Amino acid sequence: MQGGPENTTTIDERHSSRVTVEINGASRELTLDNRTTLLDALREHLDLTGAKKGCDHGQCGSCTVLLDGRRVKSCLVFAVTVDGRSVVSVEGLAGPDELSPLQAAFIAHDAFQCGYCTPGQLCSARGMLDEVSRGWPSAVTGDLNSPADLTDAEIRERMAGNLCRCAAYPHIVAAVRETAGASGTAATR
Amino acid sequence: MSTDAVGRAYPRLEGREKVTGTARYAVEYPVDGVTYGWAVPSAVVRGRITRVDTTRALASPGVLAVLHHGNAPRIAPSQQTELWLLQEPAVHYRGQYVAVVVATSLEAAREGARLVRIDYDTGPHSTVLTDDHPGLYKPDHVNPSYPTDTAEGDFDAGYAAAPVRVDATYRTPAYHNNPMEPHATTAQWRDGRLLVHDSNQGASSVRATLAELFELPPESVRVVAQHVGGGFGSKGYAKAAVVLAALAARHVDRPVRLALTRQQLFGPVGYRTPTIQRVRLAADTDGRLTAICHDAISQTSTIHEFAEQTAVYTRSMYAAPHRRTTHRLVRLDVPTPFWMRAPGECPGAYALESAMDELAVAVGIDPVELRIRNDTDVDPDQGRPFTSRNLVACLREGAQRFGWTGRDPSPRSRRDGRWLIGTGVAGSSYPARARPSSATATARPDGSFLVRVNATDIGTGARTAIWQVAADALGVPPERVEIRIGDSALPTAPVAGGSMGTSSWSWAVIRAAQALREKLRDGVPPTGEVTAEADTTEEVGSQPALPRYAYGAQFVEVRVDADTGEVRLNRMLGVFAAGRVVNPTTARSQLIGGMTMGLSMALHEEGLLDERYGDWVNHDLATYHITGCADVESIEAYWLDERDDELNPAAVKGIGEIGIVGAAAAVANAVHHATGVRIRELPIRLDKLIGVSELA
Repeated sequence: MQGGPENTTTIDERHSSRVTVEINGASRELTLDNRTTLLDALREHLDLTGAKKGCDHGQCGSCTVLLDGRRVKSCLVFAVTVDGRSVVSVEGLAGPDELSPLQAAFIAHDAFQCGYCTPGQLCSARGMLDEVSRGWPSAVTGDLNSPADLTDAEIRERMAGNLCRCAAYPHIVAAVRETAGASGTAATR
Repeated sequence: MSTDAVGRAYPRLEGREKVTGTARYAVEYPVDGVTYGWAVPSAVVRGRITRVDTTRALASPGVLAVLHHGNAPRIAPSQQTELWLLQEPAVHYRGQYVAVVVATSLEAAREGARLVRIDYDTGPHSTVLTDDHPGLYKPDHVNPSYPTDTAEGDFDAGYAAAPVRVDATYRTPAYHNNPMEPHATTAQWRDGRLLVHDSNQGASSVRATLAELFELPPESVRVVAQHVGGGFGSKGYAKAAVVLAALAARHVDRPVRLALTRQQLFGPVGYRTPTIQRVRLAADTDGRLTAICHDAISQTSTIHEFAEQTAVYTRSMYAAPHRRTTHRLVRLDVPTPFWMRAPGECPGAYALESAMDELAVAVGIDPVELRIRNDTDVDPDQGRPFTSRNLVACLREGAQRFGWTGRDPSPRSRRDGRWLIGTGVAGSSYPARARPSSATATARPDGSFLVRVNATDIGTGARTAIWQVAADALGVPPERVEIRIGDSALPTAPVAGGSMGTSSWSWAVIRAAQALREKLRDGVPPTGEVTAEADTTEEVGSQPALPRYAYGAQFVEVRVDADTGEVRLNRMLGVFAAGRVVNPTTARSQLIGGMTMGLSMALHEEGLLDERYGDWVNHDLATYHITGCADVESIEAYWLDERDDELNPAAVKGIGEIGIVGAAAAVANAVHHATGVRIRELPIRLDKLIGVSELA
C-alpha cells in the first residue's frame, strides 16, 4: 500500500513482476519488485502487518504464514514465487465474527506477552496440527510407523522454530494441546 | 467501595488485537508517502571516516538520500553520547551507525546501504574484558546511583580467621536483550513538529530526549508506543532507531520507517556487560557467614560510562559482620552496555548464589538450610529493618512444592540410564521502588470513566493491571473503565523498567481516582465530564528511604548426559514474595518469562567477541542461542500472599525482574549436584562437561 505505487515507478520493469496470489481467501494482484519477500509484500504492500519481522533471516519464526496450507517463514520466500498460490496469514485465522479455537486458547492460556511472535506462533501451530493429523513424524516421534501421539514433547519439538523472548512457551504448549484435544487432531490420521 | 478487580485473573485487554494481527507496532501504521530508512554500521572498530562515497547508492533506483556526518541535520550534543549520531567522523566501536540510506522501498534502501562506500583511518583497539586490563578504574558510582564500594567490619581479618572459606571467580559473557521486535520507528515531521511511532519502554522519556536533541519544546514532539514487542531493558531510553529515523525524515522531508536489523541489535542498542566476579565467603562450622566479599569487574565504552551494579545484590542479601563489595570498570572500544533484565542483580546473584552453594558443600549443610541460617531482618547495608522480607518463607514453600526434602547432597548420587540427575537452589531478590508519575481520571456523563497515564505495556500486562487498579480506586466495575497508555500526549509517566512500572503508574492513577471521587460528591453533571489530575512527584519524593525488596527462591532439576555432557532442564520452580499481585495471569507469565531467561543465560546465551574483529561474531538468532520451546519441559511460578504497607498505594513490589535473579545459579548448582563439576563460566555448554562420565 504505502510506498507500493512509487516503488513500481522507480524499479525497472525488467526487475518487477506481476503477481496474483490468494490471500486469506481473496485474490490480490500486485506488481512487485522481484526482490520483495512475501513478508514485505504482506506488510508493506497489503497492509497485512500481522506477520512480523523479527530477524528477516528465517531464524525466529515471527513471520510464519501458511502457503498452500503449509507453514513457511515468509521472510525467506520471494513474493514472485507465490504467483497463483494461496497464503493464509494471522489475519485469516479468525472467522468473521469469532476467533478460531486456537486464538481463543492463546488468550485463555495467556500464551503471549508482548505479542510480537504471536502471529507466527499461531500460524505455525495451525500448520503443525495439520502436519500431525497427516501423520508426519517429528524428531522426537518414537515409532515412525504409527500415528504421532501429540504429547507435550511433540508440541514443544514441533513449535521449536518459533522463538518467544517473553518465554510464553509452557502456555503456548497448553493452548496448542487444548486446541488439538478439542479437535481430536492427534487421533485422526 | 472496592470492586476487587485487583487480584483477579483478567485476560489481557489487548489480547484479541494481538491474536488477530491487528495490534500495530512501531513500523506498522499506515502513512501516506512513507519512505524507508536503512542504517549503515561502521565496518571498523576505532577510527575516523575519511571519505563517504554515495555515488553508486544515489544512482540506485529508488534511493532518495544518503545521510552521514557530512550532510545530516545537526542535533544538540546530549548527555546520551550514544545518540549523537551522524554528527562527526569519529568511530568509537564497530557497528556504530555511520550512515542512513532513505529510499522509496525497503528493497531499494537495503541495496542502497550495500552500495555506500566509506573509507576510514583506523587505530588500534581493545575490546576484550580481562581482570588485569591496564585500563581498570573505579567509577564514581554504579548504576543508577549506588556507591561504588562498600565496607563494614574488617573483611580481611574476618576471612582469615574463619574455619570455612570459599574463594571463587565467576565469569559471565555479554548477553544481548533481543526483544522479538527490533528497535523500530516511524518518524514524521509536520510544521516543525515531530511525531514518532516508536518501539520503546517509556514514551515520556523518549519525548524528552528527542526534544533535547532536536532543540524543540517538548509539546512539539509526540511519541506513540501503543504496542511494543518486548524490550527487557534495551528500549528503556531513546535509542539509535528513533534518532536516525527522525534525522532521515527531516532530511528528506517525508515520513520514514526505520527498523534496525536483527544483526544491528547486537551492541549498539545496549547489552549486558560481561562480568568477572570474585566472591569470597567465610563461615563458622555451623554455616553462619562471618565475612562476605564480592569484587566485580565489568566494561563500558569510551564514549559513555555505564557501570553495572553487579555486586550490589550482595550488600543486602545475607548477613555477616565483615563485608566488602567493589566495582571496577574498563573503557573498551565497544558499544555502551546498558540495562538488561535486572542489571546488576542478575549476574551478581549468579555469582553469590553459586558461592553459597559452594559454601553449603564445604560446610556440609543443606543449601536451603544454609540460606535460612543466614537470613536477616535488618538490611546489612542500610542497617534498617526490611519493610518485609520473606526469603525464608519462599525457600520453605519452594522446598515443599519442589520435593526438596530428603535430597542426598552428594554429587552424582542420582542416575537414570545415561542421565545424571541433580537439583539446585538459589535465593533471589530485587529492590521494590517507585518513581514519580502523573495521571488523570475522568468521569463521563454515561457513567463510564477514562483513565490516562503514559504507561507502556511491553508485554508485561501493564495495560490490564493499571486498568484493574483504576477500577478499584474508582470503586466501579472495570468494564466501566477505559484505560489509555502508550502515548506521550498522555500524562507524563516513567519507563517500564526497574520493576517499578506498576508501582509508579498505579500510584498516580489511585491518587487521580481519589481526587476524582472527591470532586464527584455532587455527581457528574449530565452534560459534561469531570476530570481530576494527580502528580506524585512530591509524595514519592518524601517517602522514607527504607529497604524495600521482593524475594524469591529458585529450584531446578536438570539431567546431564553422562557421555555428551548435554544439559537438559527437567523442571524449574520458583516461589516469590513480591507484595500484592494485581493480575495472577499476567504475573505468572512475567515470572515464568524471567525464570526462562535465566535458564537461557545459564545454558544457551553467549556473545562471542573476536578481538581481531572487535565485535560479537554470533550476531543473529541462529548463532546467538536463546531458550526455545523445546528447552522448557516444566516451569512453575508461585507467590506468597504478602502484605506490605510501606511500599505504595497499590502495595506492589514489581515482578518484571525478580524471576531472572538467581535462576542461572540454581541451574548451575543443579548441574554441580548432577555431575560434581562446578562450572564458573557461563554458559554451561556440553563442551565444558564432556567427559563427565570419566569422573569418579
